[in-house]
This record gives sequence, C-alpha cells and structure tokens, in this order.
Amino acid sequence: MTRNHKLIAQALAVLVAIVVVALAPGYLDLFTVMQLTLFASMAVLSLSLAFIWGFGGILSFGQSAFFGLGGYAYAVAVGNFGDSTPAIVLAILVPALFAGALGYFVFYGRISDVYLGVITLTVTLILFNVVNSTAGNEYTIGSVRLGGFNGIPAIQTFNMPFDPSDILYPEHAWWVTGGLLIVVYLGLRLLIGSTFGRIAIAVRENETRAALLGYDPRLVKLGVFVIGGAIAGLAGALYVNWGAFVGPTIFSLSLSAEIIIWITVGSLGTLVGPILGCVLIQYLVSQIGTQQTFNSNLVLGVILVGFVLLLPKGIVLSIQQAFEHLAYWWGQRKSTLPSSSLDVPAMEGEKG
Amino acid sequence: MVGQGCKGASLVPVSGLQSGLVLTSYLKGIEMDLAVIVALDVVNGAASLFLLCLGLAIIFGMMRIINLAHGEFVMLGAYATVVSANAGLNIWIAMLVVAPAFVALVGLVVERCLIRFLYGRLIDSMLATWGLSLFIVGFVTTIFGNTTKGVPTPLGGFSVGAYRTSYYTLFLLAMALVAAGIIYALMRHTRFGLIARATMQNPEMAAKLGVNPARIYMMTFTLGAALSGLAGGLLAPVSGITPVMGAAYIAKAFITVVGGGAAILSGTVAASSLFGFINQLGAYFTTPVYGEVILFTSAIILIRLLPQGISGRFFKGQL
Amino acid sequence: MTLSRRRFLRNSIAASTTMLAAPAVIMRYGYGSEDPILVGSLHDQSGPLAATGVPMVDSLALAIEEVNAAGGLLGRPLKLVHYDTQSNIQLYSQYAQQLAVKDRVAVVHGGITSASREAIRPTFDRFRVLYFYNTLYEGGVCDRNIFCTGTTPAQTVEKLVPYAMEKAGKKAYILAADYNYGQITAKWMTKYARDHGGEILSVDFFPLDVTNFGPTISKIQAAKPDLVLSALVGGNHTAFYRQWAAAGMKGEIPIASTTFGLVNEPSTLDATESEGVLGAYGYFEELTTPASTAYVGKLKKAHPEIPYISELAAATYEGFHLWAEGVKKAGTIDRMKVIEALESGISFDGPSGTVTLDRATHHATRNAFLAEVKDRKWSVLESYPDQKPLDTAAVCDLIKNPNDTRQYEIDI
Repeated sequence: MTRNHKLIAQALAVLVAIVVVALAPGYLDLFTVMQLTLFASMAVLSLSLAFIWGFGGILSFGQSAFFGLGGYAYAVAVGNFGDSTPAIVLAILVPALFAGALGYFVFYGRISDVYLGVITLTVTLILFNVVNSTAGNEYTIGSVRLGGFNGIPAIQTFNMPFDPSDILYPEHAWWVTGGLLIVVYLGLRLLIGSTFGRIAIAVRENETRAALLGYDPRLVKLGVFVIGGAIAGLAGALYVNWGAFVGPTIFSLSLSAEIIIWITVGSLGTLVGPILGCVLIQYLVSQIGTQQTFNSNLVLGVILVGFVLLLPKGIVLSIQQAFEHLAYWWGQRKSTLPSSSLDVPAMEGEKG
Repeated sequence: MVGQGCKGASLVPVSGLQSGLVLTSYLKGIEMDLAVIVALDVVNGAASLFLLCLGLAIIFGMMRIINLAHGEFVMLGAYATVVSANAGLNIWIAMLVVAPAFVALVGLVVERCLIRFLYGRLIDSMLATWGLSLFIVGFVTTIFGNTTKGVPTPLGGFSVGAYRTSYYTLFLLAMALVAAGIIYALMRHTRFGLIARATMQNPEMAAKLGVNPARIYMMTFTLGAALSGLAGGLLAPVSGITPVMGAAYIAKAFITVVGGGAAILSGTVAASSLFGFINQLGAYFTTPVYGEVILFTSAIILIRLLPQGISGRFFKGQL
Repeated sequence: MTLSRRRFLRNSIAASTTMLAAPAVIMRYGYGSEDPILVGSLHDQSGPLAATGVPMVDSLALAIEEVNAAGGLLGRPLKLVHYDTQSNIQLYSQYAQQLAVKDRVAVVHGGITSASREAIRPTFDRFRVLYFYNTLYEGGVCDRNIFCTGTTPAQTVEKLVPYAMEKAGKKAYILAADYNYGQITAKWMTKYARDHGGEILSVDFFPLDVTNFGPTISKIQAAKPDLVLSALVGGNHTAFYRQWAAAGMKGEIPIASTTFGLVNEPSTLDATESEGVLGAYGYFEELTTPASTAYVGKLKKAHPEIPYISELAAATYEGFHLWAEGVKKAGTIDRMKVIEALESGISFDGPSGTVTLDRATHHATRNAFLAEVKDRKWSVLESYPDQKPLDTAAVCDLIKNPNDTRQYEIDI
C-alpha cells in the first residue's frame, strides 16, 4: 500500500466514525447512548495519557489529577456563570495551567522515570485530601459549595453555546462527546505528524541526542505535558456533563491506575488502542457488576492477569502482528513492512 | 545504620501532635512521663512503617517490579495469622512463622506463574499485579466474607507515670530492628546476599559467572513476599482485618521506598523517619489532614531536590 | 447554516421528548397483569463497602420474597434488579441510569455513603424514578422524590451523648472520620454535649486510611477526658478499638460511638476490646420483640453467612415495606400517586417497631435504642419510641417547598 492509499483508508475510517456518531441515537436505545457518552468521555481521558506517555515518553501516574481539576473547574464555573460555554473553556485552561506549573517544576528539575510517576501520584493524593476536607459551608467558590466527600451534586449540564436556557438532551450530549472524541483523535494525529510531534518522539527515543541536535527536551516535554493536561481537563468536563456529579473520588489512585491499564490493554504507542482498551475495560467493569455469581474483583483480576500473559503487546499491536504473520505465510512480503498497520502515523513513532 | 529507625518519627498519617507535645513538654520541663509515652508512639509509628515498606523495598526498590499487590501480601499475612490463631495455634507462632511462611509460599507461586514473565517490563508488572491484587481481594472475600474475627493484642499494657501504653509497641520496635538486622546480615554477609545484589545490578554478568538469575530472582521475590507477610502478621493484632485493608498502605509505601532511593535498607529507614517527622510537625501546627498534605508536598520537594532519593545522596553505594 | 442546525436540534429535542415520555405510557398500559414490577437496588457488594452493602441487599431480597409469597403487589409479582456498584461512585451513576432508562424500575432502594446518594439522586429526579435511601446519615436531604428511612443525629446522637455523659462525666473527647458524615456528626455531638452542660476537650478528624492510633491514644490520655465519643468509620478505623485495649485504656475511659457495630464490630473484636462500648441506633439484632426475632430468624435462615443484622439492613427492609404499603394505598405504581400515598402518613410495623413517614421532610419517625456491648453482643439498655427527624425538620419543609432538591447543612 502506498502512503496515498493509507491516507484514503484513514479518511474513510474517520468518515465512518463520524457517521456512526451521528446516527447512533437513531438506532440505539437511550441508555446505550448514555453509556456510550460515558465511554467516549473516558476515551478522551485515555487519549490524553496515550499521547503524553506513548509519544512523549512521560508516564504520569496522576492523569486523574487533571481530569478531576477539569471536572471541578467545570462544576464551579457553570454553577457561577449559569452558562456551560465559558465553563468548558475553564475546564481546559485550569488543568493546562496546572500541568504547566507542575511540568515546569518536574522537567526543569530533570526528574524522570519512576520518580516522575511518584510525583504525579502524590499530587493526585494531595488534591484528594484537600478536596475531601472541604465539607463545611465556608468552602464555597462564588455560589458553589465544594461539598467535601459528598461532592457537588446536580451540576448543570451542557447547553447550546451562549444560550443557557437551551440545555442539551442526552442524544445531543452524545453528539458533543463523540464528536469531540473524533476531534481530539484527529488533532493528536495531526500533531504527531507535525514537526513538534516528530521532535517529541525524538526526545522520547533519546533525550541527549535530541538535545545535541539543538532541541530543548525540557521545553518539548513541558509542551506535551500541558497538551495532555488540557485534553484530560476537557475529558473531565465531558464526564461531569454525563453524570451531573463530581466528587473527590475522581482523584483516586484507582482511576489513575485504570487509565494506564486502558492504554496497556489497547497498546502503548498507538491512539486507536487506548480508545479500544478504555471502552473494553469500562464495559467489562459495568457488566461484571450485573452478575451475582462471582465477586466482581475476582473476575476483573483474572481478566487483567490473563491479559498480560496472553496479549503482552496490547490489542492493536497484537492484531497487527497477527496480520503480519498471516501475510508472511501467504508470501505477501511487501505488506510486512513495519509501516503497514491499522494505525499508520502512530506506528512511525512506535518504540523499538 | 540499622538503628536509625528509632531516632526519627513515625509516618502516622494523623495526630502528629505528639512530636509537638514532646517539644512543648521539653520546653516546659514538665510532663516527662508524657514525653516518654509520646516518644514511644513516634518510634512505634516509624517501626510499623519500616516493617510495612521493607518487603516493597526489596520487590520494587531492588527488583524493579511495581508490585501493586503489596498491600494484599500484607493483608494475606494478617489473615494467615488470624485464621491460624483462631484455629488454636499459639499467637506467636502464627505471627512470626505462619504469616511469613504462608505469604512466602504465595509469593513463590505468584513469581513462578506470573512475575517471572515480567522482569524488565515495568509497566506490565504494574498491570499484572493490579489484577493480582483485585484477584486476591476477591478470593479472600469469597472464602472469609467481608469481615473476620481478629485476634486480641498479646502482652498487655504497662504504665509510665499516669500514662498507659502496651508492651506490643516495644515488641514492634524490636521486630523492626531484628528484621533490619537480618536483612542487613543476609544481604551483606551471606553468599546469597552477594549474588542477589550482583544479579539485580547486572543479570547477564551474573549469568556469565555461573549464577542462574531466574533462581535468584525467584528467591529474592519470595523473600520480599515473606517480609510483607511478616508485616501483616505483626500488625494483625492492632489492625482492623478486612480483605481491603491493603489499600491503606500502598501509596505511602511506594512514596517512602522511592523517597529512600536505591539503598534499600538505609534509604527506607531514613525516608520513613524523615517523612514521619515532617508529618508530625505539620499535623501539630495545622490539622491532621493538612499534616498529610504537608507530608506529600515535602515528599515531592525531596524528590525534586534529590532525584535519586535520600540514599542516592547520603548513603551512596550502601545497602 | 446556523438556522438549519438550530431547527435540526429543535426537531430532535421534540423527538427525544417523545422518546422520554414513551416509557411512562408503556408502563401504565403496556404490561399485562402478570408482568413483574421491577424493584431496583444499588448496593456495594465488593470493595471496601461490601461489608455494609451485602446484608442490605439480602434484607431487601427477603422483603421482596415475603411480598411475593403473599401474592405480590396489585396482583403482580415483584422482581429485584440488583447491580453491584463495587464501591465505585462512577458505577453508581452508570447503574442509576440503567435502572431509570433501560430497566425502568418502579422504585430504587440503595446508596450507602452520602456521596453515592448525591451522585444518583439527581438522576432519579431527572428521570422521575422514586428513590429510597435506607442508611443512617448526617441528615438534611430535602427532596420530594426521595424517602430517607434511616436515622439522623437528632434521633440517636441526641440520646447517646447525654446518656454517656450521665454515666461517665462531663468532659468528652471526640474522634471522627474526616468526611462529611464525621464532621457533621462531630458538630451534633458537640452541640448535645454543651446542651447538657458538658465540655468538649478536642475534636480530631481522621482520613479513612489511618491505621495507627498510638499517638492519638497518648493524646487522649494527656487530655484526661471522662468519655470518648467516636464517629470513626470503616475497617481501618476498627484498629482504634484494638490499640485502645492494647494500651490498657479499656475500662479507664468509656467509649460511646455512633458508628461502632453497624457492620459487626462487636463480634470481630475480642470481648476485651469491645466490652462496654455504648451505641445508639434505630435497630439492634438483639431486640427481643416478636417482630424482631421473626425478622432475624427469617433473614439468618435465608442468608446464614450474615454476620450481624444492623439498622442498615432493618431500615432497608422497612423502607421496602413502606413503599409496598404506599403502592397498595395508591393502587398503582405511578410515581406521583405513590409519593402522595406515602405522604399521607403511612406507617409499617417492622422489626424495630412502628416506622412512619414524615410528610414535611420525607424522613422516618421511628424508634431509637441505646445499647452497650456485653460479651461481644449488644445489650439493649434503653428505648426511645417515635423519634422525629427534628434535625432535618429544622431546615426542610416539602409541604411549603415541594420543588426543593437540596441537601442542607444544618446550622448548629
């Protein structure tokens, strides 16, 4: 396949995704649409870490910090303004600024590897503790009480831009969320293909070499981190729009770990994989709770362990590998080139 | 080096007032009884934290396995103690023999069936042990239900002036010192320790010198699991025993081990003491919650200033 | 462009309104008389809250079996639709939508922590599904779509604190879990202690993952109170009672608690650790009234693994039966008609005695009991008949403001 063919195939895939998003409410029942809305908002979160980890080489163990900040920023802002338009903007800006400050502290201190993971994890724990202890009436921002562990209930959901009287119905929330998922995916795809994306991958592969070529790895990593934080913040707003509720458990360690699991399950270094992994795991968790035979933890634990042992590379890369093997056995060696994959531009940055 | 545990404070997440109380009582020159009791608490906290972290220091600090099931290993140790003690076994045997032996066995099985495929795969080890921790919690819940009958604390209490505390506090301190001493002796003065340290540093070189790295990894992991089990056994008489109790330990244990850095023993001792001390002061001058926040903030600043952990700066090349 | 998009959206809003309205129509006329009435349940059966949630589901299932054995409601059998929320707030929201939009249940019983209740309450308001919250909590919820059948501080703390002070002395030391329930309960404890001439020496809050209480125990000894009041929550906090006994403080300073024993602390702890702890709840398994012994016998027969039947399980059982009485009186499962029937002062004689729903607050007027742990069991010392939810009544009047949906924090 030539590059042109691949581009056409990808454009077609995106077109199909757009059509699916547009038509889903007509063919599915309301509950399924609402569940898909949740999955799509989580998939945006998954993409945010897929980008900074898979393409920036930054393993943040506290991506839920930006997600939670986005959710809280949205909840507080919409409660005060009564209009979701500026609230969504704030939900992106606040986590982006926070990521900028934290990233400056971390990357300009040349902290990397597992130490970075622990710092992001610790920041998340701090946020949980602080927000959790805001139960009193004195913790009020504008007209919104933070509410401590009980969280902020009955948050106003999205309305038509600049028209607070026109609140979106669940189907429209789905169009917004599903549409934004596609937009974020395309945006990241373009970014990774751009000069900045290529430099980020170069820094991930070899920081020293990139620095010797004249790039500042600290600045590049900071840029990647801030973009990831902004996307996670957007995901937070989408999530709050789905559930109309936000509480401090949004900063939990288990959610942070779950995001990493989505990406590992889907395949690190791809963008489609983390979306698939996220939807699959979310679906599994919700299905497990509807059965009464086994303890839910037991089932989920067995699935995760089995997954690591059987599909260590994640779904997307495993499928790709299987196709390559098939192609090899059929003697079509030209399609075994590493660039032929489901997820082409992403693969160009794939590790080793 | 081994004795450093008793000089610092504890990582008790709350009520850090005692260090403040120590200060106040020293300042006022009164209430020496209280100061003694409070100092015991501080030491006890540091000792418990050190015991909780030691297994993780070996599995994560030494072997680079992000073991998210560490808390569940501790929980299994506690359950092994409680179940065997309630079945009529002597409590000391249950704590000191059954708990570490049982969890060592679990660790061995886990290593053979799961972990050995994951060496060098940092993130996969995390995913797998996350699954493992869920599985263990689910399994224990299925067998023992959500609550279980605990064992009473042995040894009883004693008085210092008008204040009372338990002998068990002193026992925990003694056990922390013993555990640290054994690990120090094992790692520094035995052939196994030498080979284990060498293998963790450079498995290929060790293999070329005739060592079987897989065997050493297996033994080291089992040792780490046994120490986690011991911690669970020792804490069983003073904890609420539930299948989910492990979750309370995991984050702080990781922060402490990472803060300690590469020298697993001296680093863990130093980090638990330092974090505990800061936590106590912070809690005294603000509230217990903000004490915890101050602790976390100082952990971040510590890692920022000493990216290799405490021992990377002060105990370089030591154990 | 903008116009056409607008029109498109308006049209689809109209379409979706029809879609939303459709279930109500189907529900009223679509089912035959043999189709079961669905009863939703959201309780944690795995994770940290499982110990609390499992007996509540068992109790609900028993109540449904009883009604079915007696011929069902309105001639139709009942069916339980239960989802395990796995101690995860997100799953509460998810399953709440599933119950409301997909399963279209007639009523939902569930929610354990206040956070889980606040997460799902707006969903049930929005999709017009009647909701029963059967857990004791800090009080203040004011919403016509919800009925709270558990006790609130005015019903239990108000009895416990003066009783304990009478017995032990005027100076108290408060330990509480660091979240809304603990913080608000600590305020009520302080208020009732002061009302009875007592003094609070200190109030300490503990995050839920605290396991080492050694320093706290020393601090309590330094403060020398006559009494320790505890609102500690969860398995980790159980460690306090063990370390307290290990230090030899048991018998030195008595403890009264608003949370001890809700799961089954008296039987998981050793007698030396739990002896003499005071508690006040809306129900104890040890109550010897015929209704109570019959209920305990049936539930333990159906689920022998239940360690202890506390107020949580009993209130769930009573909450369900109250709803069933409401449906019988209304003659339909239509939400508004059932609410109106429930507001007419409906009561049910349950294991804890007569429980009556209060019209103005949608909370329950119910008996409260005070007990002391003796040899790993509760021994009931006092009973206080027909306690009204006065705390919530101070801020909430659904007769005057039927459209209120807030949870008030009561100024104390």
